[in-house]
Amino acid sequence: MPDYSWPPEDKRTLIGKRITRVDSPLKVSGQAQYTYDVHRPGMLYGKILRCPYAAAKIVSIDTSAAEKMPGVKAVHVIQGPNTTIHWSGDEVVAVAAVDEATAEDAIRAIKVEYRKLPHLVSDAEPPKGAAEEQGPLSVDDIDDMLDNQVPSQQMVKQIQDYGMTEKADERGLRMLKSDGASDAVLDAVRAATVHTDVAAKPHSNYQKAAAVTVGDPDKAFSEAEVVSEGLYGTPVITHCCLESHGSTSEWTDDQHLFVHMSTQNVSGIAGQMAEKIKLPATNIRLHQDHIGGGFGSKFGPDRWGIATAEISKKAGGKPVRIMLERDAELKVAGARPSAYARVKVGAKKDGTLVAWQSDSWGTGGPGGGGSPPIPYVINIPNQRKQHTGIRNNIGPARAWRAPNHPQAAVITMCALDDLAAKLNLDPLEFFLKNIELARPRHEIYREEFGIASDLMGWKQKWHPRGQGGSGNTARGMGLSMHTWGGRGHSSHCDLTIHPDGSVELKMGTQDLGTGTRTCILIVAADTLGIPMNAINLQIGDTMYPPDGGSGGSTTIGGVSSSTRRAAVDARDGLFAKVAPALNAQPDQLECVNGTVRVKGDNSKSLSWKEACSKLGAVPLTVRGNNPDPSKPPDLTNSGVGGVQMAEVEVDTDTGIVKVKKMVAVQDCGLVIDLKTAESQCLGALIMGISYALFEEKVMDPTTGRMLNADMQFYRLAGLSDIPELVVHMMTGKGYDERGVIGLGEPPVISPGAAISNAVANAIGVRVPFLPLTPDRVLSALQQKAGA
Amino acid sequence: MRDDDPIHDDVPEKTEERSGVSRRGFLKIAGVSVAVPLVARPEMVWAAGEQVPVHGPGKVPMEFTINGKKYKANLEPRVTLLDALRDQFDLTGAKRVCDRAECGACTVLMDNKTVYACSLLAIEAQGKQITTVESLMQGEKLHPVQQAFVENDASQCGFCTPGFVIACKAMIDKHPNPSPEDIRHGLAGNLCRCGTYDGIKKAIAQVGQKGA
Repeated sequence: MPDYSWPPEDKRTLIGKRITRVDSPLKVSGQAQYTYDVHRPGMLYGKILRCPYAAAKIVSIDTSAAEKMPGVKAVHVIQGPNTTIHWSGDEVVAVAAVDEATAEDAIRAIKVEYRKLPHLVSDAEPPKGAAEEQGPLSVDDIDDMLDNQVPSQQMVKQIQDYGMTEKADERGLRMLKSDGASDAVLDAVRAATVHTDVAAKPHSNYQKAAAVTVGDPDKAFSEAEVVSEGLYGTPVITHCCLESHGSTSEWTDDQHLFVHMSTQNVSGIAGQMAEKIKLPATNIRLHQDHIGGGFGSKFGPDRWGIATAEISKKAGGKPVRIMLERDAELKVAGARPSAYARVKVGAKKDGTLVAWQSDSWGTGGPGGGGSPPIPYVINIPNQRKQHTGIRNNIGPARAWRAPNHPQAAVITMCALDDLAAKLNLDPLEFFLKNIELARPRHEIYREEFGIASDLMGWKQKWHPRGQGGSGNTARGMGLSMHTWGGRGHSSHCDLTIHPDGSVELKMGTQDLGTGTRTCILIVAADTLGIPMNAINLQIGDTMYPPDGGSGGSTTIGGVSSSTRRAAVDARDGLFAKVAPALNAQPDQLECVNGTVRVKGDNSKSLSWKEACSKLGAVPLTVRGNNPDPSKPPDLTNSGVGGVQMAEVEVDTDTGIVKVKKMVAVQDCGLVIDLKTAESQCLGALIMGISYALFEEKVMDPTTGRMLNADMQFYRLAGLSDIPELVVHMMTGKGYDERGVIGLGEPPVISPGAAISNAVANAIGVRVPFLPLTPDRVLSALQQKAGA
Repeated sequence: MRDDDPIHDDVPEKTEERSGVSRRGFLKIAGVSVAVPLVARPEMVWAAGEQVPVHGPGKVPMEFTINGKKYKANLEPRVTLLDALRDQFDLTGAKRVCDRAECGACTVLMDNKTVYACSLLAIEAQGKQITTVESLMQGEKLHPVQQAFVENDASQCGFCTPGFVIACKAMIDKHPNPSPEDIRHGLAGNLCRCGTYDGIKKAIAQVGQKGA
């Protein structure tokens, strides 16, 4: 059996080194082609008429004037009369025309009559008595519970008690299984009573999940020597991908569709489009070279992607491009659910944590949103938790880097930081005192806190809360910790070595700017002993072996594992052909520095090209898979730990917060490319500063519309908001041997909590909610002064 | 708001750079032009107490100098420079993101000054030297700013990158050894979502030392 395991450190030529991203030259020169850049011959431009109301019934649609306009090639009703609209900005009619301006004119010529319905866009604390018990569960509810690590028996009990809203089909069950559902849970779903009648009924906006109790919280609180209570939370924010969602679709004949789409899920889109456009998935080709950001919001074809294919058909199959306008991108194409909580947490005088109680709520739009996994990382022995999901009309939620975790980190780490302040303890000491509650990764966290503390100069800089300096400038320090799974997803690739020495690798994955191309090439080149640029890598097409969607930090583990197995098999296949020429056995050979040679013997060596010529006339092609239990070991793993520290300066006259320094210490098992791994962490810190200080999807209660659907008032951090950032990746013994684990989500979880804690440390009072805008900081200071 | 957001300082300068292309100017042209018949040449009409040329509303012939080359197209006067670059001339390096002069992904040079191509009418870019990211490479060789971006991993998804590269080049051309203040000012009009600012800062530091 070939040895597929990762090479030991002294044998790695590329893996784990600091390798420059391979597609950077294309990106810096404007040559990288994104979906938005695709310009097909004879392409038409599509635009979408959107409902201005947050809740409405469509009464009538008159498209006659638009259809008569010169240059308009097709008009397509997406949602017709009698449809109920649940959020403002939802799609009603699409138009395709010879140019964008004509399409816009045509949109303005369409008349739609709506009957407005009452709406709710608030996610304020549910009024007393408003919340109803959780009704029957949907597959999505179960997925949320899995994400929140609800114990299996508890899930089974809830499914048995409440039943399901729909009969789960095989696809749904497979999805749950791949998301980690136990057999007991799957059996419960299969056996559950189905209440379609209840699902169809209008339900309360406030859905209370069953309370969860761990240990004996009442007893623990009565014995606690110090109890801290507080209010914490984060609002709904958007993904704000710079390349908006969208696609270009064309019918190459009446049975074949060719789609360019901005997607995180190249291999998974055709299957999601097939039924809706009545084509077998085999007849849908999808291609994408580069994607301008996804962050969890681009896994499906979306209603507008289906509409693009449909309107192309109406226009005689001509290519039609529909990319969302910026306002639509912010309104409908991606939002992270909010989460707020009233928390009570108790400890002994020495800081030992004993009890947690939380009443949390939040919204993810019509679905209500998931409940954050609190208390986060620190598993306090006695807990009582109650969560209420608010179903409202703000538009649908989507996965946003590390779904539910940043919210959980803010609620937990801020509550614990307040408790530490009440105990007059340095939070670093307080967290280390309770670190065993972070099992099973407590030793990783302990080591990481030590390194972060040194890199930040925590011991020199930290001061008790509120002693952040005199005058109008206050400095403060805060910290947080986080975890994520990140096991590699299903991945397949074909690696071919040609007799002329050229090598190609094909995989239906995508590179979100995370360095996926670079990492695949590193693994293949390291294994084959040839330079990365000697391998022709092709990704981003349904013509290549299917790969998982890039979500949940699952890509790197998947693509590196399938590539490693393919490269090992290809290498060994080549050895078998080359061995006779070197008078050796195949297992005596190695590939080093562009040669194939007898191990350690330069005198018995062939250049790569000579070696490949021994293949004869037919190229050698192998398929690499992940997972592949027939080719052990498991090359990927799950479960990482990371800690972050922030230093801030607050102007107490203006309420303006400036982050002065951030430190991230992160583990992700075996690092494939140190350079892009560090960039992932740096980017996450920056994105974290952005959501900690600036970002909020602001809804108007009167009109039900988003008030800041542009990039002036939906603020992203700019270059001058970014301070000194220090990233330290945990590598070497204790980390590398765990295998490859994803990194996209973990480092973006902690910044909000760490920065909020630093602000509290600086000004001596908690600013309850992110973003930490001047008005919120000033209002907290005022309350403190008045208290 | 950032306390020291320099965008405000830049507004008068940028407006001046884009003389005649302010939103008000655009509205004036568009508003008046509805009433005039389709013509290829501008007609002079009285509006707001002065004689103004009126183009369109149909397509009019336009001529551009982009990256030193001549380009011709028949475009409606309402077409932006960005859309002309991307959809007419297939120069897709400059990106459309916010589409209203907020994010800088569409940044190009007009007579060596940075402008937001999304908020500039193509018709107003005639007779000017337009420089896009596509022109910076010399054959296969990257411009020093581009090279520094590559080495310092200053792009992730890369959608904001062409705009940043152009803005950095303009800033470095003006300030070969940029102060933090020069950098803050020069790049205040560009936004990134993936979080590549750290790499961009390091890239600028590298070019600032080596010289571009």
